[in-house]
Formats: sequence, structure tokens, C-alpha cells
Amino acid sequence: MDALILTVIMTSVPLMLAATGELVAERSGVLNLGVEGMMLMGAVAAFAITSITGNAYLGIFAGALSGALTSTVFAIFALGLATNQVATGLALTIFGAGLSGLVGAPFVGGTVHGLDPLPIPFLADIPLLGALLFQLDFIAYLSVFTLIIVAWFLNKSHAGLILRAVGSNHHSAHALGYSVLWVRCGAVLFGGLMAGIAGAYLPLVLIPHWSEGMTAGRGWIAVALVVFASWMPSRILVGALLFGGITIMQLAGQARGWEMPSQFLSMLPYLATIVVLVLISRDRNFTLKRAPAQLGRIFTSSK
Amino acid sequence: MKLNKIVLFLGVVFLAGLSFMMLSKRVPEQQACAANDEQVNVGFVYLTTPDDHGWTYAHEIGRQDVVKHFGNKVCTTVIEKIVEGPDATRVIRDLAKQGNDIIFTTSFGYMEQTLKVAKEFPDVKFEHITGYKRAANMATGNIRFYEGRYVQGVVAGLMTKGNKIGYIASYPIPEVIQGINAFGIGLRSVNSDAEVSVIWVNSWYDPVKEAAAAKVLIAEGADILAQHTDSPAMLQTAEKAGVFGFGQSSDMREFAPKAQLFSSVNNWGPYYVNKIQALIDGNWATGEGPDHWAGNTWSGMSDDFLVLSPFENMPNEVVVAASKAVADIKAGTNKIFTGPIYDNNGVEKVPSGKTLNDGELFTTLDYYVEGVVGKIPG
Repeated sequence: MDALILTVIMTSVPLMLAATGELVAERSGVLNLGVEGMMLMGAVAAFAITSITGNAYLGIFAGALSGALTSTVFAIFALGLATNQVATGLALTIFGAGLSGLVGAPFVGGTVHGLDPLPIPFLADIPLLGALLFQLDFIAYLSVFTLIIVAWFLNKSHAGLILRAVGSNHHSAHALGYSVLWVRCGAVLFGGLMAGIAGAYLPLVLIPHWSEGMTAGRGWIAVALVVFASWMPSRILVGALLFGGITIMQLAGQARGWEMPSQFLSMLPYLATIVVLVLISRDRNFTLKRAPAQLGRIFTSSK
Repeated sequence: MKLNKIVLFLGVVFLAGLSFMMLSKRVPEQQACAANDEQVNVGFVYLTTPDDHGWTYAHEIGRQDVVKHFGNKVCTTVIEKIVEGPDATRVIRDLAKQGNDIIFTTSFGYMEQTLKVAKEFPDVKFEHITGYKRAANMATGNIRFYEGRYVQGVVAGLMTKGNKIGYIASYPIPEVIQGINAFGIGLRSVNSDAEVSVIWVNSWYDPVKEAAAAKVLIAEGADILAQHTDSPAMLQTAEKAGVFGFGQSSDMREFAPKAQLFSSVNNWGPYYVNKIQALIDGNWATGEGPDHWAGNTWSGMSDDFLVLSPFENMPNEVVVAASKAVADIKAGTNKIFTGPIYDNNGVEKVPSGKTLNDGELFTTLDYYVEGVVGKIPG
């Protein structure tokens, strides 16, 4: 059972990271649908650098950097040139999928020594809990740490207040003298950084292997998780674990011989996401109150 | 005005980059074959790239065998990464138009598309791999993959300590179910307590999902893993967890030197060479067998269509047992699907003394044999 729960946690980590990044971007009013593309760019960079240098930590760094760089493409178009955010995000996903395939071609079929677990002294020895929570890898700790920092940043810090103001009413924020575009640019870059690390988790921890399109839709799940979480960081954790849990549960169910069509079981994680989204959206007032008012709206200072 | 120009410029750069990538993906480095009579032009359609180290890699080795055997008497064209959908029709038609004399389409999902183009080009020969639809100029070829899986079952049954075997399967199609059942029959021939748990991942190639399935099977207590998916992810996971497994389609030893017991290697070279030689000699024919789903040509270990990589990481007595199983299959004394065969509810499905024929292997296996847990989905 321990090993199963551990697998659930590891399945949830990349979702949590990518969703945290996207949440910050969305709270600033930017809808970046390019998470999948940024994750792929992160994954390929992490794998390539790790396989060249042999150092998985350099790989994480490369993945983060690559994700952030990919998000600058989005920032230039959607913020600098005020293009439609939905279209630009979709283009970014296609772009990331194509470019990562091209860059990664020489690395297909190779393997690397990925991230080793990093047991935390003392805590790792706690029975049961220690094995599950404190013998994970660097990125897994980072994902929880970042989530806490982001929750604090958004709710308690002054800078977070500005970011939320930009997302709620960009004209007012602009009138108050805040640079809407630079705040958003920062949020988008953070989103790219997190998506890059999320992507890096796949080849560095989940499977020491690079293959084209290996994220297989996890970026889209991250985008859905943000809505699922009603733009609240704490709920990202719940949502990611729920999704990871159902993903692993359906595999374990098959292994135990549950007599249910495997096609249906494979569908479960996505079905659960949709059902929860529908349930949340039922209360329109709640969603409307939570959703950043300027989400996806274009801002130009000249009006 | 200025802004518009920048947008336009960046947009053009963006699109140019994208199209360059698409093109570079579709056209591997090779010279175009001239449509003339001196050379036999051979087209190949691949599902992924040879870098998958599995299914397509094995086909690429087969193609290289063709080039080695015929030298400049043939000219081969490869189109990689063709999705099993409408796009395949266009690609196959292009190959036919370019003057290829024979075209090998190397995945089950190209069946309808190959048939469609075969009707449009009656003078071109088509060879569809693993399908069951045919025409006067379209033959089918397949390998008896299940023979290797029987041997895997024997090895697994002798090697397992906890009597739990994990099996990662792709899609519930006849070929895959034959494999699971052959594995189960081999397993139970040496170990009456061992059980196989099957996880369907509904994909041929999804390394992350295959790895997750492998982790789950190991967590559930499996100490031997088998797979009917194409990536080395399962073996890599097994290597890390310290359990054993079998490779698929090609020798995956380099990914799991301590975990791989052996791989069932698909050897398409002899088939390709035979059919091209027949075309050169003017006696290419579809062959026998349009009355059932099996290929016009369906061969296994006896013809070296299926080759097992060296037995490793196992004690000598297991090597001996595995070698004997191979010898019996090659000699034809073990037909594998010979009664009595019971399903996993204990119902007798094949009476003692009867052997399922090739057609029945495709049409009657709608159950798991004893030793396999659960039920076939769908």
C-alpha cells in the first residue's frame, strides 16, 4: 500500500507544479493555455542537459530555464503585441510540442541517471509517514514549498496584492501607477518556470527516458486543475492528489482484476476532472467571484 | 503601423519555423528513388521512428537487411511517424505514385488505408503487416509473437518467488490476447500456483504510463513483469526496483542489463527479402490463408521470424527449461494452444487432444486461460 501511495504522490507532483504556475499567471489575468508546450520544452531540456552533463540538478535548472524561455514567446505575443491569449496559448502548445521533438530527436532512446531520493534526516525515520513524505526527491519537496510560498505571496504580501489587483481590474491598477504588463509578464514567466520544472520531473524522476509528446496531456490537466481549485492554492494540492490518486487507482484496480472495462478505467481521471468542474461551475456566483475578473482580457495602456 | 510590421515579421518567422519542423520530421535523410525499371523501389510506412527501440526499430532492421541483401538492386523509401488515420491514405498513395513497386505498411491500423490505395494502384504490390484484409495485390504478413510469450511464461513460472506476475498490455485485440494466453499456458505448464495480473494502458507507446503501470504491478507484489507495449519503460522501472522482466520487439538489454531475462525480437528481414525476391522473380503472390485472420504469411521461431535474445539473469536450470520449450516449439511438437485448455473460471474451452487452428486463434480466444486474473475488457 505504501508503494502505491508513493506512486500517487509522484504522479501528482508535476500536475501540482504546473498548476501552481498557471494559477499565478491566471490570478494576474493571463490565460496561458500553452502549459503542455512549456512542460515538453522543460522535459526535453532537462533530459538533454542531464544526459550531457550527468547532473540531474543541472537538468532541473535547464528545464526551468527552458520553460521560462518558452513562456517569453507567449509574453511577447500576448502581452507585448496584445494578441488573443487563447489562440496564442494554443499556438504555444503546438510550438512546444514541435520544437521539443526536433531538439530531442538525438536523445530519443537514450537513458539518464535521474534524480535520487533525498531523505530528510530524522523526519524520514518516522514510521509510515516518513517513507511516504520525507524520502521523496528534490522537485517533490520544491512543489509543496512553492505552493506554500505562492499561497502566502498571493494572500499576505503586498506584491501579491498588486498582482491580484492587476488580475481583477487592470485599468484601476494602471491608474494607481502599477505596470500591468510587467506584472503580468512576471506572472507568465513564473508560470513557464514552474511548467518547465513540472516537465523536468517526467524524464528525471518518473521514467529516465525522453520521447516526443511524453507529457501526454498532463499540461491540460494542470490548466483544468486551476479552475478545479477555484484559483485557490490550497485546493491545487487536493486536486492534484485526487487526479493522481484516480490515475493510479485505476491501474491498481486492473491489477487486482476489477471487472470493469479498462477503457472506462483509463477515462476515470479525466471524467472525474470534468465532473468536479461541472459541480464547481454549478454555483455561478462562487465561480464568478473567484475567477480573476480580467482573465484573458487584453490590456493596452493607451486604451 | 510599426507594430503591425513586427507582428507580421514574427508571425512569418514563427510559421516558417513550424513548417520547417514539420518537413524535417516527415522526410528522413535519403535520396529519392527514381521511377525506373532497373531498380525495385520499396516503400515503408512506419508508425513511429526507429528510435522507439521496439516495434518500428525492428522494422527498420528488416529494411536494412533488405538493403544489405539486394544492394543497389533496390531503392527504399521510408516515411516515419504516420498516424493510423486518414493521413495514412495520403502517405501510402504518395508512395504508390512515386513509382514504388512494393509497399510495406507496418502497423495494424493502416489496414483500411492500404486496402483503399491497393484498389487504386492494381500494378503496385502492397504488404500489410498484422492485418487480415487482403486484395489480389495486397498480402498480409505476421509473426507468431505468442510463441515467444509462451517461453516467457515458462521462464516467469520458474523464476517467480511470490507467484505474482505483472503483464502490461496495450489494446484488447486478438494478437495481444493470444500473447497473454500463451504466456498463461507457459506459466501454468511449470508452476500451478503462479498468477498473472494484466494492466491495459490503452496505448502502444506511452513511457510515463507504462512506467506507472509497472510501478503499480511491483507495488502489488509482482516480481516478474511482461509487456505488450513498445517502450523500454517497463524494463527500466524493473531494473530500478530490482525485479525481472521481458523485452518487447527488440533486444532491450542496454536499458536493463540486470533485469532483462530475454526479449522476443521481431525479425522482419527474411520476410521482406523473400517477398521482394518473389517480386523480382515475377512470382509474387498473396499466398495462402484468406479464410482466416492470420497473415498470408504467419511464421514464428522455426523460420527465425521471431528470435529470442540470449537468456540472461537466470539460473542454468531455467535456461535449460527455456531452451527446451524453444526446441519443442521449433520442432512443432508443442503447438501451445493444445487442449485441455481451461479458462480462468475453470470451464474447459479446448478439449484434450484438440489444437486450435490459426483461424480459431483469432476468432475464439475471448477468455483468459487459467492463471490469468480478471476479465478481458470490452
